[in-house]
Amino acid sequence: MALGKLMRTSKQLSGVTVGDSVSKSLPDIVTAVTDEWIEVAPDRIIEILQWLLDSDEFDAVQLSNLTAVDRHTHIEVVYHLQSLDLNHQLVVKTRTNGMDPAVVQSAYQVYKGALLQEREVYDLMGVRFEGHPDLRRLFLWDGFPGHPLRKDFLGMPGRINSGLEGFPFEDKDKPIRPINQENVEAGVAYVVTGETDEISAETESSEDRG
Amino acid sequence: MTTSTEPYVLNIGPQHPSTHGVFRLRVVMDGEKIKDLDMIVGYLHRSMEKLAEERTFTQNIPFTDRADYLAAMTGNLGLAIAVERLAGVEVPDRAEYLRVIFSELQRIASHAMANGTLISDAGAWQTPLLYMFREREKILDLFEMTCGARLTTNYMRIGGVAFDPPPEFWPALQELVDELPDRIDEYHELLVSNEVFLARTRGVGIISAEDAVNASLTGPALRGSGVPWDLRKTDPYSVYDRMDFDVVVGKSGDVYDRFMVRMSELYQSVKIIKQAMSQIPSGAHKTDIPLALRPDVGEIYSRIESPRGEIGFFLVSDGGPSPYRFHLRAPSLINLSLLNELGRDAALSDAIVTLGSLDIVVGEIDR
Repeated sequence: MALGKLMRTSKQLSGVTVGDSVSKSLPDIVTAVTDEWIEVAPDRIIEILQWLLDSDEFDAVQLSNLTAVDRHTHIEVVYHLQSLDLNHQLVVKTRTNGMDPAVVQSAYQVYKGALLQEREVYDLMGVRFEGHPDLRRLFLWDGFPGHPLRKDFLGMPGRINSGLEGFPFEDKDKPIRPINQENVEAGVAYVVTGETDEISAETESSEDRG
Repeated sequence: MTTSTEPYVLNIGPQHPSTHGVFRLRVVMDGEKIKDLDMIVGYLHRSMEKLAEERTFTQNIPFTDRADYLAAMTGNLGLAIAVERLAGVEVPDRAEYLRVIFSELQRIASHAMANGTLISDAGAWQTPLLYMFREREKILDLFEMTCGARLTTNYMRIGGVAFDPPPEFWPALQELVDELPDRIDEYHELLVSNEVFLARTRGVGIISAEDAVNASLTGPALRGSGVPWDLRKTDPYSVYDRMDFDVVVGKSGDVYDRFMVRMSELYQSVKIIKQAMSQIPSGAHKTDIPLALRPDVGEIYSRIESPRGEIGFFLVSDGGPSPYRFHLRAPSLINLSLLNELGRDAALSDAIVTLGSLDIVVGEIDR
């Protein structure tokens, strides 16, 4: 890939180098390499991370960043690892088999730093990390429908997936009436039902009081 | 263990002065000891990462102000550098020096705030905090002079900085860096010899170096445990490779060491600013870039050292004017990975001080 050289920061190891070394000890674990990253199967994440942590050549002692990207047919989970002594970074990726359910092994038993980052990815991207000790939503409340960082969560203009038409928790039978100046002046801020009779009565009464 | 009291649940926050924002802790207590601890965040979640996917790279810079709102300059800089690396934009030399000066001023302001609130948590209510605020005010005045804003600066741009500082900026900065070392000495005298402060912080909230590395801690939280890891030295960005400064590390990894690391970094920041002031060349402060910058297809993870640790930006470009995926690696959130282990079996008052020493900003945790 011609772009690879441009995109790699100076401390980041080439995926080709990492892939070659890994394949010598763990044959057929790496499914793809580019100049930037190596890719492995989602059920072999613990194996590869533990190997990279233990190996003298890579010494990947810290999970610097863990995040995920929605690729429409699958979700790609990205691990940025680094060695503090050797001062280099390397990138490991994995892809889930499909979107629902999207399952990946949890990295928590190798890196404690995965605890909150995996909860964040689960919350926003809907990836289930198998073996995570406490997989709950991090930012959103329990019962929130869907995972908002997925591309099909809401129809965003100019994107490939048109997505849903509205927020999934809105009740379609009860349209929210827009606030108009009349209501605001009369002291009625929000009107949630379409029952106009009741509203006009309330408006009149508040005007009477005013 | 036999207990003489019934365990009970205590709710701390979301509105509580020692949680530094809308951060909530749910603790199970046995007398004064914490048996279990759970953090509940998300009260300030504004879905920045989703919103960023619909805005151009330049339009996303103001979001980074509002993520870590106590260190807006370094947030701005992190994104600017990430996009420059992704799109291959050159930055003029003068802009690089201005970036270093403003990041270091921001680091002083942020560390002053962090240490001030930590002392506040330890029981010295308000007075020492306002000592710390004294210098922070002068720094914010300098920001206001340059870009019109004090907190949400929106100053760094892709390809440089927004404005060249006005002529009156330089004498004011000179005056500040001349008096700062004396002021920091004053804090030292006030605090470091204080018996109560030492009792509250020494040997409290100890994080071993192995745990700190394994739990992805960065910044003063990692350096306090004795790991000399500072991205300004180990992965230099901007013109930090031309600056002479030391990486400060602690020994025992307790609250006191994290406090002292921040305190000593104030001197190092002053040192860097002085060097940048003497080296800064004249010339342009910005290169012109297209209004809707379209980087090639690809992705990058770019990181810099913010006052709280490694602030990283993972950007995926699909060749369009806005990022396909925008992820902010928030040091405030990830530094909390060990909170449960640190809090368990500690006294509540120690857990509060430990949380204060990790220096969280809820805007960055929740994004």
